[in-house]
Amino acid sequence: MAEKKACSLPGDQASSNESRRDFLKQSSLLTAFAITPGVVVKAAESKWDEGIAASLEKMPLKLEINGVKQSLQVEPRVTLLDLLREQLALTGTKKGCDYGQCGACTVHVDGQRVLSCLTLAVMAEGKKVTTIEGLATGEQLHPMQAAFIKHDGFQCGYCTPGQIMSAVACIKEGHANSEAEIREFMSGNICRCGAYPNIVDAIMEVKQGGQQI
Amino acid sequence: MIQFQYIRASTQKTAIETTAKDATAMFIAGGTNLVDLMKRGITTPQKLVDINNLPLKNIDASTGRIRIGALALNSAVAENKLVLDRQPLLAQALNAGASAQLRNMATVGGNMMQRTRCPYFYDTAMPCNKREPGSGCGALEGFNRMHAIFGFSDKCIAVNPSDMNVALVALDATVHIAGPKGNRTVPFINFHRLPGDLPQKDNNLEKGELITAVEIADNPFNKHVHYLKIRDRASYAFALVSVAAALHLDGNTIKGVRLAMGGVAHKPWRLTEAEKALVGKTVSEGTFRQAAEIAMQGAKGFKYNSFKLKMGPNAIVEALKTAAGIV
Ligand SMILES: Cc1cc2nc3c(=O)[nH]c(=O)nc-3n(C[C@H](O)[C@H](O)[C@H](O)COP(=O)(O)OP(=O)(O)OC[C@H]3O[C@@H](n4cnc5c(N)ncnc54)[C@H](O)[C@@H]3O)c2cc1C
Ligand code: FES
Ligand code: FES
Repeated sequence: MAEKKACSLPGDQASSNESRRDFLKQSSLLTAFAITPGVVVKAAESKWDEGIAASLEKMPLKLEINGVKQSLQVEPRVTLLDLLREQLALTGTKKGCDYGQCGACTVHVDGQRVLSCLTLAVMAEGKKVTTIEGLATGEQLHPMQAAFIKHDGFQCGYCTPGQIMSAVACIKEGHANSEAEIREFMSGNICRCGAYPNIVDAIMEVKQGGQQI
Repeated sequence: MIQFQYIRASTQKTAIETTAKDATAMFIAGGTNLVDLMKRGITTPQKLVDINNLPLKNIDASTGRIRIGALALNSAVAENKLVLDRQPLLAQALNAGASAQLRNMATVGGNMMQRTRCPYFYDTAMPCNKREPGSGCGALEGFNRMHAIFGFSDKCIAVNPSDMNVALVALDATVHIAGPKGNRTVPFINFHRLPGDLPQKDNNLEKGELITAVEIADNPFNKHVHYLKIRDRASYAFALVSVAAALHLDGNTIKGVRLAMGGVAHKPWRLTEAEKALVGKTVSEGTFRQAAEIAMQGAKGFKYNSFKLKMGPNAIVEALKTAAGIV
């Protein structure tokens, strides 16, 4: 009984159904206060539809992904990794740890290798993003992709997109001049299957082959 | 991650004003520390002020000094010709930190401000005075293998995790700060603080203040330098102990020396007394060993980190030997 009293709102004439709805409204307002700032709280205060509030929270985002210009709407808290995977269905980029510790999510932003799990998508405004899907030219594999296959640079393959994106950058940066240097500058890509020796071989071959990458 | 408002600052003034007047607002630079902490609910800003459009990326040398903008990327600094020529110790320390991808994102200002990696700070189910003042220090009686041996308090025994900071404190850098009340400079050694009774405060930056640059005056430490980092794996791990060593040699005589340690205190730990003991001496393992012993005076271990009491002096000797080229 006591519980019911707590739920019912002043007036008490309202039907039980209505007071339940009011209760839900009120409690979701409280939750909104606890976990969200700004617009959502304002929307809840002024009893706006939550759908409107959500869309207000999104920001316009223009960027280029694998050569395709994208004009999107994203919440500021969405990472580039989640944008790629969840919104654009580019699932080649993997989520390993989601905290910057494994390198599975490595992509190129304006030609530099970065971790998409620690990049807020809104911070890539106006940038050019390349993912593993953007590396091949039509049916022609990128030399690094071909070298990974040739040298068996993977077992389960989960770390591979990140390894390949990192490997391409490693050569472009000029950090692939020796096995030791490759190991040091590829240390941000963890492989639980331990394919490291073969990965190093693949990178050495591409580097020595001198192909355009 | 909780929702937050995102603002792209186009001027330094708006960035500072917006952050100064809103208790829940924070700057974001590379995001490599802040986004991590936000995902875990450790840091919960309701407003992020993105400072990446501010013109603070330059690395230039004016008369007698190198000035590095706060938004210069860790990778850009480590590869910069001026830095490699004049301050190679800084480049070495930067390259010892994180991974190539992270260094392509991390900025100098953000690196200075990165929070501790103490597991109790990271685990929101555990007590931590730094994360939640008054909740206690879980590490004091807990798993304290990574923790401080110098300068700790009974409120906090966490360490500053940055490699770059160790080099910058050794090189007597100066921090340039712009804030709501104007500009100021702080010697790097006074930028970070010891935990005392306020472990929630890592450094002396005031609310709304923005690091704009770090400056290093030219010095003779461009030849005999070494940054030694000891960690659980060969790369991509935080330091258990690290040493930044720089020698100015005249033949075999030590004319000047700069020495600092990482992974041992709440701030990058300058070894001034050991430096004094080295000046004027001749390069030798014995001299370095004596200095290392002086450096370790006052160190105290906890249950799981007492190994640092031995690893510390050994690391100092090794770093000095490598810097001097007598390996
Ligand atoms: C897996 C992993 C491993 C790592 N390993 C190492 C390592 O071995 N050694 C090491 O040293 N570091 C390591 N790091 C930490 C890394 O160096 C830092 O995360 C990075 O330097 C932070 O810089 P940022 O620009 O990304 O900062 P952000 O994450 O953008 O910001 C960090 C803090 O600094 C504040 N801030 C940023 N810029 C300014 C400014 N100009 N003025 C005032 N405040 C500012 C922000 O408000 C925030 O509080 C590692 C990180 C990860 C994720
Ligand atoms: S998913 Fe980004 S580093 Fe692991
Ligand atoms: S191939 Fe399985 S994790 Fe690398």
